[in-house]
Amino acid sequence: MRVALFVPCYVDQFYPQVAIASLELLEKLGIEVHVPSNQTCCGQPMANSGFASSTEGCDTNFFKNFEGFDYIVGPTGSCILHLKEHHPSEKIRNSVYEICEFLVDVLKVKSLSANFPHKIGLHQSCHGQRGLRLSSMTELNEAPFSKLAQLLDLVNGVEYVYPERADECCGFGGTFCVTEEAVSVRMGQDRVESHLKNEIEFIVGGDTSCLMHMEGILKRQGSKVQVKHIVEILNHA
Amino acid sequence: MLNHAEASEKFIEDAERTTWHDETLWFVRSKRDKVSKLLPEWEALREQASLIKDHTLANLGQYLEEFESNAQKNGIKVHWAKDAQEHNEIVLSIISKHGGKALVKSKSMLTEECHLNDYLTKKGVEVVDTDLGERIVQFRNEVPSHIVLPAIHLKKEDVGETFHEFLGTPKGNKDPQFLTEAARQHLRGYFLGANVAITGVNFAVAETGEFVVCTNEGNADMGAHLAKVHIACMGIEKMIPKRKDLGVFLRLLARSATGQLITTYSSHFAKPREGQEMHIVLVDNGRTRQLARDEFRNSLKCIRCAACFNTCPVYRRSGGHSYHQPVAGPIGSILAPNFDKSANVDLPFASTLCGSCSNVCPVKINIHEQLWFWRQDLMKDGLAPLGKSLSMKGMAFVFSNPTIFKMAGYMGRLVMRFAPFIVNNSLNPWFKQREMPEAPKESFQSWYKNRK
Repeated sequence: MRVALFVPCYVDQFYPQVAIASLELLEKLGIEVHVPSNQTCCGQPMANSGFASSTEGCDTNFFKNFEGFDYIVGPTGSCILHLKEHHPSEKIRNSVYEICEFLVDVLKVKSLSANFPHKIGLHQSCHGQRGLRLSSMTELNEAPFSKLAQLLDLVNGVEYVYPERADECCGFGGTFCVTEEAVSVRMGQDRVESHLKNEIEFIVGGDTSCLMHMEGILKRQGSKVQVKHIVEILNHA
Repeated sequence: MLNHAEASEKFIEDAERTTWHDETLWFVRSKRDKVSKLLPEWEALREQASLIKDHTLANLGQYLEEFESNAQKNGIKVHWAKDAQEHNEIVLSIISKHGGKALVKSKSMLTEECHLNDYLTKKGVEVVDTDLGERIVQFRNEVPSHIVLPAIHLKKEDVGETFHEFLGTPKGNKDPQFLTEAARQHLRGYFLGANVAITGVNFAVAETGEFVVCTNEGNADMGAHLAKVHIACMGIEKMIPKRKDLGVFLRLLARSATGQLITTYSSHFAKPREGQEMHIVLVDNGRTRQLARDEFRNSLKCIRCAACFNTCPVYRRSGGHSYHQPVAGPIGSILAPNFDKSANVDLPFASTLCGSCSNVCPVKINIHEQLWFWRQDLMKDGLAPLGKSLSMKGMAFVFSNPTIFKMAGYMGRLVMRFAPFIVNNSLNPWFKQREMPEAPKESFQSWYKNRK
């Protein structure tokens, strides 16, 4: 099983700790992880802005870096969804996995040596949830499940709670966060507020971009609540 | 005209009203969730509705002709309008024959789409919208902000003000029951005096030539039953093959729209009563153009329940008028570019693509995917502002070249760490109400290189 870690551009530049936790977590589980050094971006920022026609260079670069792997694993539902839906190579589309999805569905992880004695608010990012079906959705009449919660259940000491409106969007939305700044911020403020009502210490999710957006709002409010990617919890000794 | 982002910013300035708007519509979404979960067959019903609509759209010509022929056998006069202009002219020509100067109207988003009120008013015909919400916005010279709850942008205080001005109710009275009664008394005269009643159509049944109008207030019935002439206006996509299909759609419509089990009135109009004239106007107005587009065809499956409005986190916080279209919300955003691409270029971007709209849609329209497809289509047509095209090209270039990407990332982090004022200023829309992420001293890739 040849496994590569896909580190999205902004995670590489701004949230290296998320990539480090992903790498360490996979290694702890006995996986030999390759990190292609010339990877950049999945192409989503352009495609979601209406410029899918300009992502050819990006797609080619992604293909060159990852074509040799059976599993391409990344810590962001949104980028993974983009690749799964829009990358021109079928091989790539079929090999990409969001990391929680990979842990639950491929590695079938049943135990972790993680410890995180804190109360956290679980934020279900839309693209992971609705796009990749990492968990059930409140709109549908279906049995509840969550791959993120399933993994958190393996962590010692952690207490996770959902906000009211369990799967409302946080308002990040890619370039939406700047082109529709007023709505984006208002959505983020509302989301943060409903998490804070639960008196949590961390907002935890599977998509770094949503977390970055909510972190920006929390910090502007002077809140002590922090954001963390779920892999940082799963990797926490 | 303000674009969606600008209009939303103005709407959100009133934070308290935004909260109220958001919570009111979320309440409707919650009611919808509750009743939809009482039906174990809910998802199967959605699938069935979707398949019936797919089938109907694939054979639309055949069903329209079947409908026409059966409706004519029932004694209904059938008219065909290729666009809004023709629709309005047909309606006017019918009115002119009967010499009416005022008509009553109920339950028609199509006439909003065709701007019938403006057209008839200019021709000297007074149009009275009889549904409470529509009447309120008509008094205020506004358009509906929601296709099921047209005055949802207004609070009862606003309605009290409006009725004080137009109906002479006491100033400051905002009691909903009192105001509704005032509207009833006011409308009663129009119902009794009108020669012509216009209604919309929720479903047209090809098999029987009848049409069904779903309402809660009963004004469509009151209008149609009292007037000498009933004109029903419908988009050609309202067709369903058989009467029994209503068993699927009526169950979905009310539950999705308001969380009711069924609308108060589901009225079947099959033939004119003795001495009455019944007309039906079948309107294309761009629908066949949309039908020919593979990616957007199934937007025509819409049954106008507005569940996508109520669930949309953007709509709830930006208000219907920010969409500057008769049909707002997510479904409006995929219908509008079909009418005018450049005037509506902002709408497919008024979404985070969260996908909630597609999940609540009772006929399973892939709304959020169509938003994405419209973005591609509009940008391909060159409708992007120059700055955006350039920045996208720049981004594409950087991401295609790993060396340049690493260099740019390094420089960017350097700037953010040592000269944060370059990004932390009012020119950066991120920074206006959010802090920038902290720039780490090294990227993951450079950490990883040193780790080995």
